Parts: sequence; structure tokens; C-alpha cells
Amino acid sequence: MLNYIGKRVLQLIPVLLGMSFIVFLIIRAIPGNPAQVILGQKATQESIAALEEKLGLNNPWYVQYFDYLKGLFTGDLGESLRTSQPISSEIWPYLAATIELAVFAMIIAIIVGVNAGIISAWFQNSWFDYVAMVIALIGVSMPIFWLGLIEQWVFSLNLDWLPTSGREDVRNPISPITNFYLIDTLIQGRFDQFGIVIKHLILPGVALATIPTAIIARMTRSSMLEVMRSDYVRTARAKGQKMFLVVYKHALKNALIPVLTVIGLQTGLLLGGAILTETIFSWPGIGRYIYEAIGYRDYTVIQSGILVVAFIFVMINLIVDLLYTVIDKRIKYS
Amino acid sequence: MSELTQKVSGQPIVVDQAVGPWKEAWRSFKKSKSALAGTFIVVFFVLLAIVGPLFVPQAINEQNFSMRLQAPSSQFWFGTDDFGRDIFSRIVHGARLSLTVGFFAVIFSAVIGSFLGIISGYYGKWIDTIISRFFDIMLAFPSILLAIAVVSILGPSLQNALIAIAIINVPNFGRLIRSKVLSVKQEEYVMAARAIGMSDARILWRHILPNSMIPVIVQGTLSIATAIIEAAALGFLGLGAEAPQPEWGKMLADSRQYLMTAPWTLIFPGLAIMLTVLGFNLMGDGLRDALDPKMKS
Repeated sequence: MLNYIGKRVLQLIPVLLGMSFIVFLIIRAIPGNPAQVILGQKATQESIAALEEKLGLNNPWYVQYFDYLKGLFTGDLGESLRTSQPISSEIWPYLAATIELAVFAMIIAIIVGVNAGIISAWFQNSWFDYVAMVIALIGVSMPIFWLGLIEQWVFSLNLDWLPTSGREDVRNPISPITNFYLIDTLIQGRFDQFGIVIKHLILPGVALATIPTAIIARMTRSSMLEVMRSDYVRTARAKGQKMFLVVYKHALKNALIPVLTVIGLQTGLLLGGAILTETIFSWPGIGRYIYEAIGYRDYTVIQSGILVVAFIFVMINLIVDLLYTVIDKRIKYS
Repeated sequence: MSELTQKVSGQPIVVDQAVGPWKEAWRSFKKSKSALAGTFIVVFFVLLAIVGPLFVPQAINEQNFSMRLQAPSSQFWFGTDDFGRDIFSRIVHGARLSLTVGFFAVIFSAVIGSFLGIISGYYGKWIDTIISRFFDIMLAFPSILLAIAVVSILGPSLQNALIAIAIINVPNFGRLIRSKVLSVKQEEYVMAARAIGMSDARILWRHILPNSMIPVIVQGTLSIATAIIEAAALGFLGLGAEAPQPEWGKMLADSRQYLMTAPWTLIFPGLAIMLTVLGFNLMGDGLRDALDPKMKS
């Protein structure tokens, strides 16, 4: 097992290097003079020269890349061109906001998706099965930015149940400790604020959860259908085991393996979906951080933001791979 | 394949025409209601994109401020936007933009991906290692982020959005066809072709490629769905189509200010995206079940 983990981590090295190289290219591949493009048409020669110096654009590319890598290894993600702050310290609150939203969305997706899939398989061809699968099909085809806007229109503007945007009530601001507001408000015993944070999470969380919920539901259903036909499930039923236990205890355990793959993959994709959801709901997460950076042509932030998200994505996939062995003892890695 | 057998044996071989693989696939495709529904939706939108613009009531960029933000009516079926433009006309024109982007982005990525995948699968060794690592790296990015990176380099426009979407989908096709080639190249007819001294290029073109195409067709149909959503997403973020192009995602972005007063500006473009994507998804699922049951996960 340890061997396998080591091997997987080693395999990651070329991928991570390649990723960093692609991200490194983002500034260098800008057509024309990157410094000129970043600063705009009105930039003076001096300011262009200064920016080129700052970004190291005058050096040969391999020196630039080596310097960039060296920086990454020491946790230096560069400096924001707009705020002149180190990105590594600036990025954390945004990242925390995204993680909180993504985890919230994933919890919704897993609870709803897995259960809907199980019930659909359990009562195959029932009206529940049909309705759930039609909804899932629409969910997969749903542009989440559209869904987000519809949610705002219905639940915020018309019904006034939930806030349209943001993470907190601006008149009752939260003092951040970890920047995970759910945790921060609990630590501080501010249960009123905890409720407000939850309210803010619901609409973007549901929008972000839609596609994973649909995919998890479909996957769970087909996986459960297969397992339910197997001999050991028949045996369990034959010996008079309650159906609920057969489904949730015996069948689910084996049906979960392919579902887990999907969950892992979807968790990574959530990070991509977050950029849209965060834009709609003005959620101050990393997607919005990158999106705003594009508007300001803050290329160092674009670079590092994308790198950080991709890094998390790769790590999630690694963790999912390793989790297989824990769930399915039959899988032995050499 | 039968041509080759004929050449080798010198005898014409009578192939049972009754149930060719395509016919069989069509039979099973026909049986699936959802696949037919999907095909119907796709055909509808394709026709809309091709001939629809000839019949729409209003020029897409004709502004009429006295008619701004009008609710749907017999004159304006889907209402009007903030410039008094007819939303129905714009959606019909938008179909052309979205389908063009979806279709060509997928064609480009399928061609480039298939090329890289075939080379990597057929030649193996270091070429395979390099290409496969390259795919791994690209797949390590969430796709929309990679698209955003590409567009932020090239600058926002519909054409650059198309390029970005084409690039991010290359590894999907590449990996798929690589694995198919790995199995096809072990087939006897490929060995036979090699034994009679056929050149690599000819084997690749005449035997490996046609026999590896089915998963590409299936993946292609499904990819058009994602490409349309990705193009709309880029348009929505202001990184794709520019004003006054009637691109669906861009129209949604413009509707944001009028959620309360003119929800029809939000509803119809979104519905158009969703229906088109649903159509391609249903059709793709149907094609997969009919052509390549093994791909079903």
C-alpha cells in the first residue's frame, strides 16, 4: 500500500511540472509584447520596461521558468500586479470561501444523488424512478449559470426567502479566523451569524450541486441495479433480511465503488463550476478572484489562481484513487 | 475489411447484407424513445440554425427603444430586451452561433485528438509516453479553467472561445482513440496487412482509423453538448461572444440586470441552451448504446 502511494505520488511529478509549465506560459504566450498588453495602450516605455524587469521577461525562457519553479517550491506564487500583495497570502480567504461552498455543494450532491439513485434502483420502473431520472437528465444538461439566475429570480427577488449574493450580512460582518465562516461563527458562538452563513450558502450551493447530483444519481442507480442482481444480495433477501438493510448495508457497499470515482471527478469539476456560480452570486471565492483578475489583466493572479485550483484538482483525484483500497479490500495495488 | 479478405483469397465473398453492423445499430437506436427524442431536438435546432434566420420577424440588431423590455406577446413571442430587440429573432440567430461553435470546436478537437491518439497508440514507446503525459497534464486542469486561460491569452471573442473549447477537448478524444487503437492493432486483419507489406500510413488510414471511429462518433455527439455549454459559459463570463452578437450565454449575462422587471430575457435563452444540450446528450447516449454497448458505464 505504502509502495503504491509512493508510486502514485512519483507519477504526479511530471504532471505537476507540466501544469506549472502551462500556467507559466499564460503570460509568455500573450501575442505581442506581454507587458504592453498587460499595461494597456497608454503605458509609457518606462512602465513597460519596469514591468518586464519585474516579471523577468528579459531573461531567456528557461531561466524564467526555473525562477518561477523555484518560487513555487518556496510557496511564492508571485505578486498581484494590481494590489502588489503576495498572492500566496492574498489567495487564502478566497480559497477558503470556495472550499466552503464546494464542500457544502458536494454534501448536497452526495446525500441527494446517492439516495435518489438507491431509491430509483430499489423501485426500478416506478414513477419515482422515472421522475428522478428525467430530472437527472435535465440536470446534466443544465447550464448552471442559468439555474443560478433562475434561483435568484425565484427565491431571492420574488419570494425573498434567501439572500441574492455574498457570503455574509454586510451589516453584521463576521470576524474571520479560519475564513471558513461556518467554523468561525461556531467558534465564536455566534449562532445568529451561523444561520446567516447557511442561508447564503443555499442558493449557490444548490446551483453548484445540480450537475454532480444528477451524475451521482445516475451512476448510483446503474451500479445498484447491477449489484442488486448478484447472488449475495439474493441470498441476503432469501434468508429474510429486511429489504432496507439489504439495500443500504449489503448492496450499497459494493455499489459505491464506481460512485466514488464519479464523486471524486465531480469534486474536481466543482472547482471549475465554481467560477460561474461565484460570478452569479458574488461569492468571494477563488473563481471570482480569477475572473476579476482577467478583467484587470492581472496575469500573475490568473496564473497562480489557475495553478492552485488545478493542484487541488489533481490532489483530489489522487485521494480518490487511494480511497478505493480502503473501500474495496479486493483491490490490491502493487 | 471485406475488400482485404477478397484480395487475400481472390474469391468474392458474399456478406450477409441483411444485418450489417450499421443496420443493427439503427434498429436498436430506433427502439430507444429517448434517443429519438434527442435526435428530434437536434434536427429541430439544426434546421432552426440553417433556415430559421430567413424567417424571423426582426433583424437581430434592430433597436427600438420605444419597445424595450416588452413582455412576450403575439408581436414579440419571447418579448424584447433592453434595446427593444426581438428575443425570439435573436435566439434563432443564436442557434446558428452556438451550433457552429459546438460543431466546429468538436471537429477540430476530434481531428487533432484522433491524430495524436492514433500516433500514440500505434507507435507506442516514447511517442506514446510524451503524448500520454501531455494528455494527463491537460486533463489535470478543470476544463473551463483551461478554456479561460486560453481566452485570457488570445483575448475574448467567439472565435477564440471556439479555439479554447477545441483545445480543451483534445485529450478526451486522444485518450479514447488511443485505447481503441491499442486493441485494434492487435486484430488479425492488421497483422495480415502488415504481413503483406502495407505501409504504416496506409494501415493507419485504411484499417486502424475506420475501425476506431465509433467511439469518436459517440464522444463527438456528447462533446457537442458540453462544447455548447462551455461556449455559453464563456459568453456569459464576457470571454466569448461580444455585443451585439446574439449568443445565448451573452444574452443571459445581459439579462441579469432585468431579472425582476423582465424575466423573459432570462428564461428563453437559457431554455434554448438547455434544450439543445439535452438533445445532443440524449442522442449521444442513444448512439453509444446502439453502436458501442461496451462503452456504457
